[in-house]
Amino acid sequence: MKFYELSAREIAQKVRSGELKASEVLEKTLSHIRAVDGQPGVLDSVSLSQAEENKVHAFIEVTESLARQQAEEVDRKVSAGEDPGLLAGVPISIKDIFCIEGVRTTAASRILSNFYPPYTATTVAKLQAAGALIVGKVNLDEFTFGSSNESSAFQPCPYNPWDPSCAVGGSSGGSAASVAAYEVPLSLGTDTGGSIRQPSAFCGVVGLKPTYGRVSRYGLIAFGSSLDCPGPIAHNAGDAALMLQVIAGLDPRDATTTLVEPSNYLGALEQDLRGLRIGLSPDYAHIAYPDLETGEVSYEPLQAEVNQATLDAAEALAKAGVEIVEGIPMPNSRFGIPTYFVISRVEAASNLHRFDGVKYGYHTDKPVKDLNELYRLTRAEGFGNQPKLRILMGMYVSASQHSAHYYHKALKVRGMIRNDFVQAFDKNGKYALDLLMTPSTPTTAFKRKAVFGNTVLMQYSDQMNVCANHAGIPAVTTPAGFDAKGLPLGIQFIAPEYREDLALRAAHGYEQATAGAAWRSRRPVVLGQGKEQA
Amino acid sequence: MGPEKITPEMFNRLVALAALGLDESEAEYLREELNHQLAAVKELSEIQVDPDVEEKPHGLDCLGAEPRPDEWVAFPNPEKILALAPETQDGMIAVPDVAKLGGGAA
Repeated sequence: MKFYELSAREIAQKVRSGELKASEVLEKTLSHIRAVDGQPGVLDSVSLSQAEENKVHAFIEVTESLARQQAEEVDRKVSAGEDPGLLAGVPISIKDIFCIEGVRTTAASRILSNFYPPYTATTVAKLQAAGALIVGKVNLDEFTFGSSNESSAFQPCPYNPWDPSCAVGGSSGGSAASVAAYEVPLSLGTDTGGSIRQPSAFCGVVGLKPTYGRVSRYGLIAFGSSLDCPGPIAHNAGDAALMLQVIAGLDPRDATTTLVEPSNYLGALEQDLRGLRIGLSPDYAHIAYPDLETGEVSYEPLQAEVNQATLDAAEALAKAGVEIVEGIPMPNSRFGIPTYFVISRVEAASNLHRFDGVKYGYHTDKPVKDLNELYRLTRAEGFGNQPKLRILMGMYVSASQHSAHYYHKALKVRGMIRNDFVQAFDKNGKYALDLLMTPSTPTTAFKRKAVFGNTVLMQYSDQMNVCANHAGIPAVTTPAGFDAKGLPLGIQFIAPEYREDLALRAAHGYEQATAGAAWRSRRPVVLGQGKEQA
Repeated sequence: MGPEKITPEMFNRLVALAALGLDESEAEYLREELNHQLAAVKELSEIQVDPDVEEKPHGLDCLGAEPRPDEWVAFPNPEKILALAPETQDGMIAVPDVAKLGGGAA
């Protein structure tokens, strides 16, 4: 096994015991990043050599000196007999939407390209306090608005480690790619409508969206404030559980963090799958897709291999003692994307009004005659097309003459979507599920440039994920093999609120049940070893 | 009935209200995408919802999500916040003339 394949738990255990120094872990990590990542994302595009076509480009900035200081502190603590923390010496990448004091935080937008926050996000501070090495900021869609990372103002955007001509997904695409290419064992992402799970599935890694309020949003640059959830991206459920254990919990600085105590996520992995009831829904076996001119909806099939992977996983789980329950009705899931188009845009428009060139961030260089012109020019030059479109859509559907049809209707439909889950998970109800299992995405990773620009089609790549955001409940995606093109397939476990432990237990159990499968030994092409590795 | 369509006039008004500036090709692309998105939400505007169904500003309304006091805490280093502004004067953020707000001539 290569050094970079060590899990976060193995690294932490070795560093805590003194077998391995954090500084040694860091140097090997930086060396691997240099070997596979290539040109980082930059504001003004650069021409790329042929060799760069097989690089990952996950990072916007590698925070080498910050990580080195942390590594020295971890090593000092171990030498002094002090507790270095649960994540001692574990290299972690951070989606560039979380503030770190003194480290440039761009949200992948020109409008924040010169922003050095005066404070650190609670999640990042908790990771640092637990001994993690923050090795860099990774790319994303501009302000998280997208599902491929192609909308980033910092190019090149990340390339898929399994096929660099394919998109990484998004918006936490840099996070997923950096884990998939073994640059780091863990990354911190965010999920508003699928932004952890969709790229994790595209890149063949594990991604967990926690319950809304389980993890603090303080220091996270906001997109949809009623939907945003920070969470871990990892190679396996165990590492995701370890990171969640560290970042979960009440934060006085975020009044929406829950008063419910976090569970023992690592402990949950010790339980096997016997006795779990996991449902399959026919409403997740296709997508309802609108005609772009008439709005008429037709049902489109998922990629056949995606459906088959879910059925194969159900069979593997059944052999491991899970009771599979078919035919779970989720009739309102078809409204997930339309509802999201409305609620997320209204919240995004509201959150983006603060970027005006006055208090911080980009400021137009052109002479202006008044404050209004300063706002207009700064926002015209600073925002890319996706933030502009979200502002316009959000303002339209919440305008007084339209809000009854759109925004207020969407808030009601959100309740109907949630109610589907409430009924499925009701312990005294007809189905009494512990979890719902679905495909993670309608297709495997699409080619770069194939979807970008069509904002409706792009949004529908989150169809399998978005309802968990509306309902506020946790969900995890885990790899489930490969399609005929060699691209990763994923399955998703959706759990009742605050039951991340159940979702992680199922993902871990599935890993155990398929540990001997040939596909588990495949490695991404960017590692230079071909798709198959002995 | 087809979905609502945003005309160029309505679009320009939205752009002005949003304090954005767009060149011609950007405007054309964004208006087309906006109309496609309105087509995608047409179904939502047509669903019959029982009048008793409540609006959900958050998905989650269960144990542990109760509201609590939003307590104000002073930021320890206000000078670090001020330092981010492009222009300051006497400890305040400076802006261009606001008297001309509304688009008056310079």
